Amino acid sequence: MYVAVKGGEKAIANSQKLLAEERRGNPKVPELSLDQIREQMSLAVDRVMTEGSLYDPELAALAIKQARGDLQEAIFLLRAYRTTLPRFGDGEPIDTAEMNVRRRISATYKDLPGGQVLGPSFDYTHRLLDFALAAGDNRPAAEIAEAPVEGGMPRVTEILNYEGLIETEQPDHPNAPVVDLTRNSPRYPAERAARLQNLARGDEGFLLALGYSTQRGYGNNHPFAGEIRMGEVAVEFAPEELGFPIEIGEITVTECQMINQFKGSATQPPQFTQGYGLTFGHCERKAMSMALVDRALRAREFDEHIDAPAQDEEFVMAHSDNVEASGFVQHLKLPHYVDFQAELVTVRALRKAFEQRAEDSDTVSDAAE
Amino acid sequence: MADVIDHPSRTAAAETRAATGYNFAYLDEQTKRMIRRAILKGVAVPGYQVPFGSREMPLPYGWGTGGIQVTAAVIGPDDTLKVIDQGADDTTNAVNIRSFFAKTAGVATTEKTVEASVIQTRHRIPETPLSEDQILVYQVPIPEPLRWLEPRETETRKMHALEEYGAMHVSLYEDIAKYGRITKSYNYPVKVNGRYVMSPSPIPKFDNPKMDRMPALQLFGAGREKRIYAVPPYTRVKSLDFEDHPFTIETWDQCCALCGAGDSYLDEVVTDDKGGKMYVCSDSDYCEQRREAGHVGDGGDPAYAARNQIPAGDAPAGDEPAGDEPAGDKQ
Amino acid sequence: MTAAPAFRMPDPLLQVRGLTHRYGPHIGCRDVSFDLYPGEVLGIVGESGSGKTTLLKCVSGQMEPTEGSVEYETRDAGLIDLFRMSEARRRLLMRTDWGIVYQNPRDGLRMRVSAGANVGERLMAIGDRHYGHIRSEAVDWLERVEMDIGRIDDMPHTFSGGMQQRLQIARNLVTKPRLVFMDEPTSGLDVSVQARLLDLVRGLVRTLGIACVIVTHDLGVVRLLSHRLMVMKGGNVVESGLTDQVLDDPQHPYTQLLVSSILPV
Repeated sequence: MYVAVKGGEKAIANSQKLLAEERRGNPKVPELSLDQIREQMSLAVDRVMTEGSLYDPELAALAIKQARGDLQEAIFLLRAYRTTLPRFGDGEPIDTAEMNVRRRISATYKDLPGGQVLGPSFDYTHRLLDFALAAGDNRPAAEIAEAPVEGGMPRVTEILNYEGLIETEQPDHPNAPVVDLTRNSPRYPAERAARLQNLARGDEGFLLALGYSTQRGYGNNHPFAGEIRMGEVAVEFAPEELGFPIEIGEITVTECQMINQFKGSATQPPQFTQGYGLTFGHCERKAMSMALVDRALRAREFDEHIDAPAQDEEFVMAHSDNVEASGFVQHLKLPHYVDFQAELVTVRALRKAFEQRAEDSDTVSDAAE
Repeated sequence: MADVIDHPSRTAAAETRAATGYNFAYLDEQTKRMIRRAILKGVAVPGYQVPFGSREMPLPYGWGTGGIQVTAAVIGPDDTLKVIDQGADDTTNAVNIRSFFAKTAGVATTEKTVEASVIQTRHRIPETPLSEDQILVYQVPIPEPLRWLEPRETETRKMHALEEYGAMHVSLYEDIAKYGRITKSYNYPVKVNGRYVMSPSPIPKFDNPKMDRMPALQLFGAGREKRIYAVPPYTRVKSLDFEDHPFTIETWDQCCALCGAGDSYLDEVVTDDKGGKMYVCSDSDYCEQRREAGHVGDGGDPAYAARNQIPAGDAPAGDEPAGDEPAGDKQ
Repeated sequence: MTAAPAFRMPDPLLQVRGLTHRYGPHIGCRDVSFDLYPGEVLGIVGESGSGKTTLLKCVSGQMEPTEGSVEYETRDAGLIDLFRMSEARRRLLMRTDWGIVYQNPRDGLRMRVSAGANVGERLMAIGDRHYGHIRSEAVDWLERVEMDIGRIDDMPHTFSGGMQQRLQIARNLVTKPRLVFMDEPTSGLDVSVQARLLDLVRGLVRTLGIACVIVTHDLGVVRLLSHRLMVMKGGNVVESGLTDQVLDDPQHPYTQLLVSSILPV
């Protein structure tokens, strides 16, 4: 006789034990330490921090270890931890003009105050597998420059702004509280701050594809990489008891300012406009993609014709988050017996009606004969 | 990494806090207040989707994060929680959510519908009628019933505000024109209190009539879509239909093979790869209660029933088999 | 003046006063005023860029003009300015008492539902919940626009351009509107199809007593349909009057040019 399936609880416990075993892999191989992940998988850590919306390399490394290197899973782990943290208040806006620059490039000027600083980059590596690296034991060291990189480099947009050739970016309501997408549900049409926040948390692959689509004519916006800079900036916070900001630490960020043509409108003269990208750590591809999409999403502001996915605010914002997307796609694994049963009943009823009709028409044609 | 889970909000509700380092029922009190405000607004405007600051939960989106947040906001230490998925208490997702609350809130849990004060559900409404002192919390994947007709939030909000629901009936019209009947079988849209069109969540339409004037409070949480809505006790819930094509529910030719119920939603169990199948109650507690009361099904074998003189459809006296006629919400 | 009037002019259905619309520094249309009476057909002609479509969008509530007013004689509350009424009320008006026939049927039809559903939608929107009734109304209206009722369950994209326009007209007229706006309803159709469609529109407008604003670049269309005519150029109305009068004795040089450049209908 049939007995209903039981034992979900035990199955889950066993599955989790297996998962832990798989994560560890062969126990004869030394276990990864968080230090190793943080130091040697640093770009993975940076991505997890950026999309996880939490600057904590140590926790990001833990998340990567726990997730067996699945970065989206690691981002999810970090997010689920972040959400439980109490909020003390908003930090002061970081000033990237005061960045301790480790990398800074501009595609719009050959030379500019502060110079081009290549910094660490994959850009000019030949993508040849380095078999020496496989052998291990390599301790490369870069030489120390004769003079330190200049401090306080002006941003390219400031150079353009000197001539009034680029829009000056001022918040609509400088004293209004900063929107927090993790505490409020999005409202459309969304303000730019909300969009940028969404993009900063958004999936790198999704933004890369969307940004790419704007370059291929789906919402073309003629971008130039005005400036990309990466380095350390100070984080300041003004505790209520003190009444003035104090520096509480330093974080690494990557900033991208895309410069785009704009032909002008009834109220604005022709000038350059900007798309903006910012990430934790060194996530250059993400920062550039974000800047492209940010600019595309400003179409309404500039009275541009909206017909491409990257310009569609509801489309982009509703689908950029990989924790949301991954959860909902994977929820298809959950049982849907009941709904499927309902569909079975319907399809059977429809087939019955169909066969009945066929039978009836046969009878009619028989009678006609 | 003990400090990872042991964070500063542990001061609140210290004595009720389970031994996890998290606040009672996981969410901090401020968040729960925010959610309760959204719930109150939902109760005040039945069927209206209230936007709320949905938190990121330690469970994936689409796996009940909305329902969990609603449950966390309304549950207290004295509550008894029941969690079902597909009608059953022992499906993996139900087990998972139940153990989440057992761990983070330390509340009593039960599999018996009548013993529960809060029932979180995915895709079903229990067969046993609910009472005034119970709360039914639905997990909702897509709260917007108009989403398939209009993907844009700005537009659907306007349609709700202006009560422009013509397009909803257009899809029902198309069904009848094409198939001679409305083919929507689950997540069947309803109108609440004569005003808002609402998604009942993906319950089978079989369960829709149970929502109408239900004595229990019904709360709906959509975590990923960041919406909460509610149906207060004894509120009219009408499944959309046409006067000449009234709403009907699923029927089976069979009864439950285990308990013989002829009035419950049945799951089809495939017994071999040659089309062999049997039907059992989707509501595992309902089936259990009936079997305890001495009801027996035919075990999937009509001959067995015949041998043992079990009448087909051994329903207790007074029970009406789910018929073909318009269901309760047509009254 | 003391004698009882033998005939009283009905109140205008639509009163447009000083309507101007700018796109940034560009003028869409400038200082347009007119009255439209019940059952009257007004033609607006001009070449592309003359401002006629801008004017139509403003008077049909699809776009708020920069200046001026558009007042409509509602059934229940008399004259109300379109842009002062609530959006709910304006949208209700647009799907009950008004109709809009677009140049491109894709803008006016719901392309993913059947012909019958397209016609029935307005009825469902105003609360008709009887499938049989909705269905018979749809059949009735498909017949009235001379479509094959055997195709009631077919999708709009399976119909020819002329049939799609007929479907659009049926979809609009099912709620018996008092005012219909048409934007180049026959452009893009073959000449013979055009002629049959115009004939149909003329018949419907007459028998139902619908007031109509028709925008077109085709003088043949207005000659056949409209009672009165407004000629637009560069955003301005350069000439207006009874259709025959304007076409047979044009005063403005631009109208003279327009009339002379087409073959007589």
